[in-house]
Amino acid sequence: MAKIKFKLNNQFVEMETDPNRRLLDVLRDDFNLTGPKEGCGEGECGACAVLMNHEIVNSCCTPLANIIEKEIITIEGFSKTKKFEVIKDAYAKTGGVQCGFCTPGMIIATESLLNKNPHPTDFEIKIGLSGNLCRCTGYNLIIEAVKEAAKAGDGLW
Amino acid sequence: MKDISTSINKVDNDEKTSGQAKYVADIKLEGMLYAFTVRAKIVKGKILNIEYPLLPEGYFVVDYRDIPGQNIVKVIFNDMPVFTEKEITYLYEPIALLIGPDKNVLSKLIEAVHIVYQEDEPLFDWTDSVVHYHFDKGEGKRAFSGKKIIEFNYETSYQEQAYIEPQGFIGYMDKEKVTLIGSIQCPYYVKKAVVQALGEREQNVRIIQANVGGAFGGKEEFPSLIGCQLAVALKKIKKPIQLIYEREEDMLVTTKRHPSRVHFKAAIKDNKIYALSADVGIDGGANIGLSGVVLSRALIACTGVYTIEHLDISGDVFRTNTVPNGAFRGFGAPQMFFAIEMFIEHVALELKVNPLEFKKDILAKQGDYTSTMGIFRDPVLMPLMIKKAMEVSNYQEKRTKYDALDSYKGIGMSWFFHGCGFTGSGEKNIIKAKVRLKKVFETVEILIAAVDMGQGVKTTFRKLVANILNIDIEQVIFNNPDTDAVPDSGPTVASRTMMIVGGLVARATVEVKKRWAEEKFIVEKEYEQPSYIKYDEEKFKGDAYPAYSWGVNVVEVEVDKFTYQVKINKSWSFYDIGKAIDERIVIGQADGGLAQGLAYGYLEVMNHKQGKIMQKNMTDYIIPTAMDMCPMETYLYENPYAYGPYGAKGVGELSLIGGAPAVAKAIEQAIKRRVFKIPVTPEYIMELIKNG
Repeated sequence: MAKIKFKLNNQFVEMETDPNRRLLDVLRDDFNLTGPKEGCGEGECGACAVLMNHEIVNSCCTPLANIIEKEIITIEGFSKTKKFEVIKDAYAKTGGVQCGFCTPGMIIATESLLNKNPHPTDFEIKIGLSGNLCRCTGYNLIIEAVKEAAKAGDGLW
Repeated sequence: MKDISTSINKVDNDEKTSGQAKYVADIKLEGMLYAFTVRAKIVKGKILNIEYPLLPEGYFVVDYRDIPGQNIVKVIFNDMPVFTEKEITYLYEPIALLIGPDKNVLSKLIEAVHIVYQEDEPLFDWTDSVVHYHFDKGEGKRAFSGKKIIEFNYETSYQEQAYIEPQGFIGYMDKEKVTLIGSIQCPYYVKKAVVQALGEREQNVRIIQANVGGAFGGKEEFPSLIGCQLAVALKKIKKPIQLIYEREEDMLVTTKRHPSRVHFKAAIKDNKIYALSADVGIDGGANIGLSGVVLSRALIACTGVYTIEHLDISGDVFRTNTVPNGAFRGFGAPQMFFAIEMFIEHVALELKVNPLEFKKDILAKQGDYTSTMGIFRDPVLMPLMIKKAMEVSNYQEKRTKYDALDSYKGIGMSWFFHGCGFTGSGEKNIIKAKVRLKKVFETVEILIAAVDMGQGVKTTFRKLVANILNIDIEQVIFNNPDTDAVPDSGPTVASRTMMIVGGLVARATVEVKKRWAEEKFIVEKEYEQPSYIKYDEEKFKGDAYPAYSWGVNVVEVEVDKFTYQVKINKSWSFYDIGKAIDERIVIGQADGGLAQGLAYGYLEVMNHKQGKIMQKNMTDYIIPTAMDMCPMETYLYENPYAYGPYGAKGVGELSLIGGAPAVAKAIEQAIKRRVFKIPVTPEYIMELIKNG
C-alpha cells in the first residue's frame, strides 16, 4: 500500500492503495470513469487511452506508481472542453464513429496529436492514430475527422 | 422532402465520443459477483475426475449438474453443450464457472482446480464429414465427359472477428425472472437458448442489449453459449453476476471464420467454360452449429457473378477437434468469392485469352438463371460499374505498365455479389419477423430486436420512419432492444436488417401515417415472403435470395522487393445496394468491410497447432492499423429493390467479400506468380517466387 497523489480531471486526488494497480482499473472501479475501455489489456488497442501530462498513454499498462504527482485527463474530463466540442462535431460530420468502443481512445489520440501538431498531414495523422485500433471504420473517416477538427478548430491548438 | 440518402449526424455520436455510452463492462450492480470459466486443458478425451479446491464462503462452482433444462445450446444445429459433462472435443472447452466476489481469489481458485483426464487421439484432418450437400445444374457431372479439363485448388485460413470489445454479459434475478444484459447481435437467439437450457417459461427470461462494441458475426451465436452458462449460475446463486472475457480468452475460444478448401474444375468447350464443378470443404471445428448454413451460402455463390450453365457442386462440413467456427460477416461468401474470382482468371490464363474479356462474356445479366436455377430478377448494373471502375482507377493503363517484370506493383479487380437476407426460406420458415410501432401523441417508438453494433441502425431506422411520416427525427424513439419490450424481428445478421426489418417497419409506418390523427395506437407487421420466392433447401433449387447487392473492388499494391511486404496504395469500390438510407453510414460500412476483406487477403494470420489457436492477443493477431489502410474511393449505385424500404438492399457484408480476391490478384501481378491461398503473406510470396 502507498499514498498516491495525482490530479484527475482537474481535481487533486489522494488515495491509499496498491501502487501496482493498473490505472485503468482505478479509473473504472474507484472513480467510475468508464469512458476508458479495456479492449486488449496489453497496450495494443488504445481503447483505454488517457492523457498523462497531456501525452497519450494506455491506462491498462500504466501502474499507479507511474502517475504520482502527474495530471491525468480521461475522456470524461476532456469532454468538458471547447476542443472536445470541435473534435466531437468533426467526428459527427465525417462519420468517424461506428460501434464507439474505440472512440474515447481515438478522441484522446486526436487531442494528443493536435496538441503537438495543430496542422498534421495525412501521414502524420496516420502515425498519430496508429496506436489505436478500430475494427469498424477502416480508419478513413476517422482520418477525415481529424482533418476536419484541425480545420474547424484552427487557432484552438 | 430531402432525399433519404442525404446524410445526417449519427444519433449516438455525442454519447459515444464523450465516453458516456454504456457497454456491458461499464454496468455495475450492487453486490455483483464475477464469473471465471474452468476450461479443459486437453484437446480430446474424457474427464475422469474433477477436484475443486475448498471454496471460501461466497464462492460457487456452477457446472452441468446445475442445468435445470437441456444441456445443449440452441443454435441452428444443436450440438454444443452449455457445460461439458465428460467428453472433451476441443482445447479449452468450458466445464464450469467459478463465481465469487474477488477476481484475484477466483484466479487462484481456477489454478487450483485439479482435473484428471483420459486423453484420446484428436482429429485435425478433414475426414469426418458431418454435413454433406450436393446439387446440379443443367447436365451436372455428365457435362464433363470428353471435354478438356482445367482444375485448381484454393485455400483460405481462419479469420478472427477481432471486435474491440470482448464478449460479455451481466445478469441478475428480477424476482423469478432471469435478466441478462449483453454484448449481442441477436437478443432472441439468446432468449430462446436460455429458455431451453433452463427449461423455463418464456416470460421468465429477459434479454437486454447493451451497447455493442463491434460484432461482425462474432456475437451472433457465441453469446447464446455464455448467456446460458450465466443464466444457469443466476438461477443457482440468485445474485448479480458479471461474465466478461479478457482478450486472450476471447481469441482462444470464440468462433472464427471457417478455413476452407475449394477444388474447382472447369470443362472447356470452344475455349469457353462449358461446365463447372466445385468440391468445397470447410472446417467446422468441434461443433456444427451454424456451419451447415455457412456452407450452403458458400455453395450457392460457387459461380461468383458469372452465369455457367452446367454445374456439379458439392461440399462438406468437417468436424475436427478445434475451436468451433461460426458466423463472420460474409458467412461463407468471402471464401467462395476468393476461390471463384481466382479460378476464372486462372482458367482464362490457361486458355491464353484476355481474362477481362473472358469474364465479361459470362457476366450474369438480368433474367439469367442463378446457380440454383433462381433468377436474377432485378437489373444488373455490373457492366456500368465495371466500366466506371476501369476509368477512375486507370485500370488498363496500370495493368499494362505493371506487367513490366521488375515493377513489383500490381492492380487487381474483383467482382462479387451478396445474397441479401437469410438463405432460402429462412425468413419465412425460421425467422418470421415481427415489428411493432407505437404511436403516442406526437411520437412513434420503433419496437424491433435489431441491434446497433456500429452499423448505424439507431440512426437509419429513426431516419426512415421520420422521413416517411415527414416528422422530426427527435419524434422517433428507438432504444436498445429488450425482449420484454420488442417483438422478435429476427437476428441482426445476413445483411437483412434494413432490407427485411426496415421493409416491414416502412410498411408499418405507412399505416401509422394514415392513422396519424389518432392519439395512441400500435401497428404490427409480420414478414410475408414475396410470392415469387420459392426455394427447395434439400435440392438447392429456386431463388435462394430475394435480392442481390453487387460490387466491384479495384486495389493497387506494391510489394517490397526484399521483404515481400505488401503495401496497399489505393482502392476504388463500386456498390449497388439498391438505395442508401444514409450515404455516409453506407460509406462507413463500405470502408470498414473492405478493410476487413483486404486484411483477410494479405495481413491477418491465424492458425492452430495441434488444436491450439496460436494467436492469442492483438499483438499476435495483426489487424490493420491506420498505417496499413489506404485511401478508399467509393461509388454507390441506385437500383431500387421493390420490397426494400426506399429500394434498399443489403449493405453490411457485401463490402468484405471483394477485398481478398482483389488484393490477391494485385499481388499476383506484382510478383508475376499465381496465388492459390490467402492470406498472401510475405512467407507465401517468398515460397511462390522461390518455386518459380
